[in-house]
Amino acid sequence: METLTLNGTAVAVNAEGYLTDMNQWTPELAKEMAAEVNIELTPKHFEVLNWLREKQREGVQLSIRKLGNSGIVDIKTFYQLFPGGPLKISSKLAGIPKPASCV
Amino acid sequence: MQDVLEKPVTKVADVPVNKDKGKLKKVLIICSKGKLEDVYAALVMANGALMEGLEAKMFFTFFGLEAITKKHADNLHTATVGNPAFMPGMPTMVAGLPGFEAFASYMMKKEMDKLDIPHVTEFIQMIEAGGGEIYACKLAADMFHLKKEDFVDEVKGIITVGDMYALAEGEGTQIIFI
Repeated sequence: METLTLNGTAVAVNAEGYLTDMNQWTPELAKEMAAEVNIELTPKHFEVLNWLREKQREGVQLSIRKLGNSGIVDIKTFYQLFPGGPLKISSKLAGIPKPASCV
Repeated sequence: MQDVLEKPVTKVADVPVNKDKGKLKKVLIICSKGKLEDVYAALVMANGALMEGLEAKMFFTFFGLEAITKKHADNLHTATVGNPAFMPGMPTMVAGLPGFEAFASYMMKKEMDKLDIPHVTEFIQMIEAGGGEIYACKLAADMFHLKKEDFVDEVKGIITVGDMYALAEGEGTQIIFI
């Protein structure tokens, strides 16, 4: 177990940098994590992150397709919001585990 | 002889290795088959590459072209005859009965639906939305008398084999043939 200290607060993360407890997540934390991957979080980004967190709590297996059908963003916008691996990056910023999805 | 013996032996550990393993940056996936499972393998790998932040290009040729035609993309079948891994123990004659292949393909698609795997046309749209590029092979298209308008809209062009290799240009590219 590793810890990530951002803004003076320490949160527990795994070896790949995903939060191990999604309850430690805060929007400020997401902003700091996003800055490290050169993403500036807009309200649209947060809509995605909140949706991911909500679905994670419901136990839904997340996929790009589900997000595309969520009504929040289409797949093209999703790729633009989180360039370089949208589902992985957004999950990390949402403080939820790395998605285990192949589609 | 003496010289040879005195030469220091090169140990495996001494062999210089490329420490910078060279990151994978792009995949070019060639799909030459039109069976449901082969086409899905190609689509899953292309989409998976995009999900990982890699570039993905797809080149459909020969029977693989079926997968990108408006007419057949969502009606691909899995082979029940000549496919020993399909329901082992199923006699070939039964597997070849009229309608059996359609039934088996229907069942397979139903299972895929449960896993949230999209239909071929939707999958192609997802790949395009993710920045993937899809091309058809000119030679095969000519052979099957297929034109641009026969293909789904996401097909970016009908290209030659030379153009296909150009798609693979650049460091860190892998070509996958199905």
